[in-house]
Amino acid sequence: MSAVMPELLTSTHVEKMKKKKPPKRYWEETENTDQSQRRPEEEEGKAGQNQNESTVKERPLKRKNDERLEKKDPFPGEAPIPHKQLQKFQRGEKCKVPAGARRRLKEAITSSEAMSEHAQKQAARYDLLLPEDAGFLEGDEDEDTNTISQDDIADAVDITSGSKYFSLHLSQFGPYRLDYSRTGRHLLVGGKKGHVACIDWQTKDLMCEMNVMETVNDVKWLHTEAMFAVAQKRWLYIYDSKGVELHCVKKFNDVLRMQFLPYHFLLATASATGFLQYLDVSVGKEVAAICTKMGRLDVMAQNPHNAVIHLGHPNGTISLWSPNQKEPLVKMLCHRGAVRSLTVDKTGTYMVTSGLDRKLKVYDIRAFKPLHSCFLPAGASCLSLSQRGLLSAATGDIVQVYQNILGSSPVSKPYMAHRLRGQIWGLAYCPFEDVLGIGHGEGFTSMIVPGAGEPNFDALDTNPFRSYEQRQEWEVKALLEKVQPELIGLHPEQLSKVDQASFEQRHKEQVEALGFDPLAKVKFKPKTKKKGRSSAGAIEKRKRKVAHEDQRDEIRQSVQERTEREKELKEKSNEKKLGNKSTLDRFRK
Amino acid sequence: EGSDDERKHKKLLEAISSMGSRKRKKQNERSEASVQVSEFFVNAEGTGEKVNLSDLLGTVEKTSGASNKTKKQLRNLQSSKETLELPLNKQQTEKIQRGIAYEKTAAEVSCWRNIILQNQKAEQMVFPLNQESPGPKRVEQVVAGWKVQTPLEQEIFRLLHINSQPVDDPVLTPVEEQSLKAMSLEEAKIRRAELQKARALQSYYEAKAKREKKIKSKKYHKVQRKAKCKDFLKQFDEMVKTNPEGALEELKKMELSRMEERMSLKHQNSGKWAKSKAIMAKYDDSARKAMQEQLQMNKDLTQKIVVPSDDEHESNEEGLETIPDFVNDSEPVIDSVNPWMRGQLTHEEPEVSCVTTEDVQTAEEENEEEELVGEFERKRKLRQADEEDLIPTEEEQEEEDVSEFNTLFRLMRSEKTLEGSNQTREGLNTPGQEDEEGLLNEGQIRVRNIEDLEVLGEFVDPQPIAEPSLPRTAAVEATSEPPYKKKREIDLKEVLTKEAKAVKVPFLPTVVDEEERDEQISIIKEAFAGDDVISDFIKDKSKLEAAGRPEVVDLTLPGWGEWGGVGLKPSRWKRKRFRIKTAPPPPRQDQKLPDVIISENRNASVASHQVSQLPFPFQNTAQFESSIRTPIGPTWNTQSVVKNMTKPKVITKMGAIIEPMVKEDFIKNKTTTPGGKGPAIMLGENKRAKEDGAHCDTHKTKHHT
Repeated sequence: MSAVMPELLTSTHVEKMKKKKPPKRYWEETENTDQSQRRPEEEEGKAGQNQNESTVKERPLKRKNDERLEKKDPFPGEAPIPHKQLQKFQRGEKCKVPAGARRRLKEAITSSEAMSEHAQKQAARYDLLLPEDAGFLEGDEDEDTNTISQDDIADAVDITSGSKYFSLHLSQFGPYRLDYSRTGRHLLVGGKKGHVACIDWQTKDLMCEMNVMETVNDVKWLHTEAMFAVAQKRWLYIYDSKGVELHCVKKFNDVLRMQFLPYHFLLATASATGFLQYLDVSVGKEVAAICTKMGRLDVMAQNPHNAVIHLGHPNGTISLWSPNQKEPLVKMLCHRGAVRSLTVDKTGTYMVTSGLDRKLKVYDIRAFKPLHSCFLPAGASCLSLSQRGLLSAATGDIVQVYQNILGSSPVSKPYMAHRLRGQIWGLAYCPFEDVLGIGHGEGFTSMIVPGAGEPNFDALDTNPFRSYEQRQEWEVKALLEKVQPELIGLHPEQLSKVDQASFEQRHKEQVEALGFDPLAKVKFKPKTKKKGRSSAGAIEKRKRKVAHEDQRDEIRQSVQERTEREKELKEKSNEKKLGNKSTLDRFRK
Repeated sequence: EGSDDERKHKKLLEAISSMGSRKRKKQNERSEASVQVSEFFVNAEGTGEKVNLSDLLGTVEKTSGASNKTKKQLRNLQSSKETLELPLNKQQTEKIQRGIAYEKTAAEVSCWRNIILQNQKAEQMVFPLNQESPGPKRVEQVVAGWKVQTPLEQEIFRLLHINSQPVDDPVLTPVEEQSLKAMSLEEAKIRRAELQKARALQSYYEAKAKREKKIKSKKYHKVQRKAKCKDFLKQFDEMVKTNPEGALEELKKMELSRMEERMSLKHQNSGKWAKSKAIMAKYDDSARKAMQEQLQMNKDLTQKIVVPSDDEHESNEEGLETIPDFVNDSEPVIDSVNPWMRGQLTHEEPEVSCVTTEDVQTAEEENEEEELVGEFERKRKLRQADEEDLIPTEEEQEEEDVSEFNTLFRLMRSEKTLEGSNQTREGLNTPGQEDEEGLLNEGQIRVRNIEDLEVLGEFVDPQPIAEPSLPRTAAVEATSEPPYKKKREIDLKEVLTKEAKAVKVPFLPTVVDEEERDEQISIIKEAFAGDDVISDFIKDKSKLEAAGRPEVVDLTLPGWGEWGGVGLKPSRWKRKRFRIKTAPPPPRQDQKLPDVIISENRNASVASHQVSQLPFPFQNTAQFESSIRTPIGPTWNTQSVVKNMTKPKVITKMGAIIEPMVKEDFIKNKTTTPGGKGPAIMLGENKRAKEDGAHCDTHKTKHHT
């Protein structure tokens, strides 16, 4: 190598000497365009050399140029995506092109596969944009996290988070129900004795406050924070955010519990009379009213995955309902005593129930199988699952929060616990916040539960920071994308399957839906038309015959009357004549 | 004789004249009488007869020019006696012709096949097909197809080529083109900044103008005008010094305004307002004043402006200075509310305030400190109050103590149990024992709970003590219960009464409402009625199962084919023959779930939205379902993917004429350029290809020269 290097050096030097000509005019390049075009970088490099006079500096420069020439992209092609991430966005199994497939089929399958793969990859790539991660509470050694008090937590965290632990002392109007709006910004509380208030709870801004002067059974936000429904003693009322009564829905009476299905714009209500009713909020129409025949319905939850309503009953069963069927989709026996509360997790995989038998049970709602159950010393009256799967259970005046309860193994102790004053009436996690709202006899308490809320929100769906215009835009979009109530069922993926029912069955269903048979043959009716009777002349004749029939009738009648009268007159005159006759007249000739 | 001579002479002349022209037209002369006389001197001999080939053949023999071979062939032909075949009839010939024509056109048309297929396969088609890139083009591109036509042009281009002069700018590489299109970063930044500034300034100016326009005060506008006037005068002064030409122009403008003033009747007390004022002037002093002002204005405006000469400079300056003074005089009239007109007064105010602010600041600081301290205290108080709130009564305090004690106790307990379990693990590792441990543990916990409850309140009845044993007894009952459950694989009761793990709770409920008490009672009820619940459910389910089973159709007619009467049953054979059993339905979904009833009804409402028939290219449902498994909407996909998935199949350019496809559009390689007559200016690859030829040409020309 050492022998070669000097040669190289000299050669370059010579080249350099040769190059000391007047610079080429641009049109002269036409003769060796292909050369110059092939190696433009080399040319540049040489030009750079010309500027450098010292040979010492030339060597490294030359090498650099060589490197630049040989340099390739160290990371060619697209950035690789980790397999785990790819798997996260996998939708169904890939379909292979069958052997001996026709051209069209081949094309259809390959193109669709390519498209779905592309979509999957892109989604996996963009997963990078969800950087937030949920935290959780961690105790010191030999310290249970459930012994850490809320005050300590509020002191330890930053001021903004600390301010999320607060309580409203509202002892007058008795135990409170509550509901957070879908974005988690607004809170609606309704006291049993008629006190209803909605608050922008983060700024503690009171939007409206009123007393409806009636028993309030439940409160629920509708699709936006501009409207809410209140189930009062008799009817269902809808108010706007200023507290103005918009509707009094008298079709919905004695409502005890409500659930709002946000993508269907349906307000599902369960009443004391055993009716499950659905109100389409976008058009104000009652979609379905189902008589459950199960008695008083005061335990209700929705499955966010498939919009199926779960009802708990005093005989220990839980029934699943859709507005399309008059009978329960599924009925399962969960407790030996009455069901006190139930909740379903965000993915629609797990259901947690608690009953009068003081048991807390976790079910896999897809397979309808119990996963595990645990015994609570004083059964749970309210249950709520957070977005990250933390379960909160209200036992008397204590709220317990359980972690990892959705796993396969039962838990032995709660993650957090908090004591309140008075019976707990409502429990709800605030979406996208580490906050648990508790409605109780003495008002409302907002409790900090680290790791409860989903840290990444979909700004196009539920944006906690949205402005007024954004909300309007979202509302329009959401209404356009509204899912029809017919699509509610146990398996939402059924829509993407081919309906393999037989023709007969489908026909039967169609007949049921329409109320008549569209394919039925029309019954034979003999034609009334007769030959030649409908010619224009004949018709005219017939008309003539019938024309002035009423007048004719009158005339006929009058004529008849006249004749009759005449007849009578005649008879009378005859009689007169007869009356004058003597007995001897008969002998007269 | 004379006539003969004449004729001879004529003939001679004709002969001579005919020798001159190459094509000698032999004009026939009519020599005989004939029926048919042609006006073109055509001989009428043999008219109406066609010349046959056989007639000509005779002469072939005699002519010496014809080859022997043909002669021989002809002879053979003559000698052969075979008849010629009949020509094909019309239909057949046409059929053959059609066939050939079809093949030809098929071959011609088949060259389109690939393109059609390609277009069918294409994900997206953009019409018109050959779209030129938008935007301005370089001159070379426009001129690219131009051909040399006139000799002058040819000469010029020849010269250019000989001297290897560039015909056009050297064509840029695509990279260079791109770089030309794009601005450099700095440039772009500067430009952006400029634009931003300009926009901002414009908006400021607009806002200001709007604001000023809105002001209704006449006084304000007057003041403004005067201020402007003052400014203008200042500027004019400067201009006189620096830019005399500009000043002259300004002067001209002034002159123009003077002329306008003289022409108009604007300030001459002749308007409506002036007339009304004139009436009032007798009594009103201000009206008189206003009228005089107007007249003064007229005077000022119509005064001739003297062009300043160098000599009169000073005097002029003095004159100019007087005007600002006059303007200044009017200033005090201006209302003091206008902040712009207040002048120096504002300067004084902050000084005064400055003196005071220091004191205020110090005071404020003190206040702040106090406030901080106060706040702390308040917080402390609040905290205390909260604590008091939490522990308002002695009872509760006691409870808290108890619970604390409990937690401590439990901690110790758990430690102990841990030790115990460790010991067991070290010693005997049998599962049975572990189970026992677990059971024992549970019991302990419960007992402890109950103890706690007893400590807390008296109202708790001993029922909970009995409860833990209840499930096990129920299980025992279940195992020793009815025979029909044997066929069930899983016993419902067992499922329900599965062991539940107890949960340790840090606090215990203190408040037990009336409802809770009710619950207690109902619990007692439930404890006894528990079996009822289960049996009800089982009944319900079996009823449904029975309803789902198909019924047996009995078609037996008593008395037919055998004896009939009271007390007689149809024979076994008959029952077998006439009782029709339908096939059992598929097994129920909840067959293996004892505690679940799943409705077997089909969801018909979704079915109306489902695809009921397999679409064309797919062979089975799995293929089709997998093809629609990826959603298209923006909820599940990234923006680019949605765009890609929903792009239209055909895009047409608005307003563009979409012409039918031409062969030249897709057969690019087949376009042939006739040699030497190609375009004079070429671009890109074409140019390079041509250059080789051009080089040769130049070499040749060099040789020639």
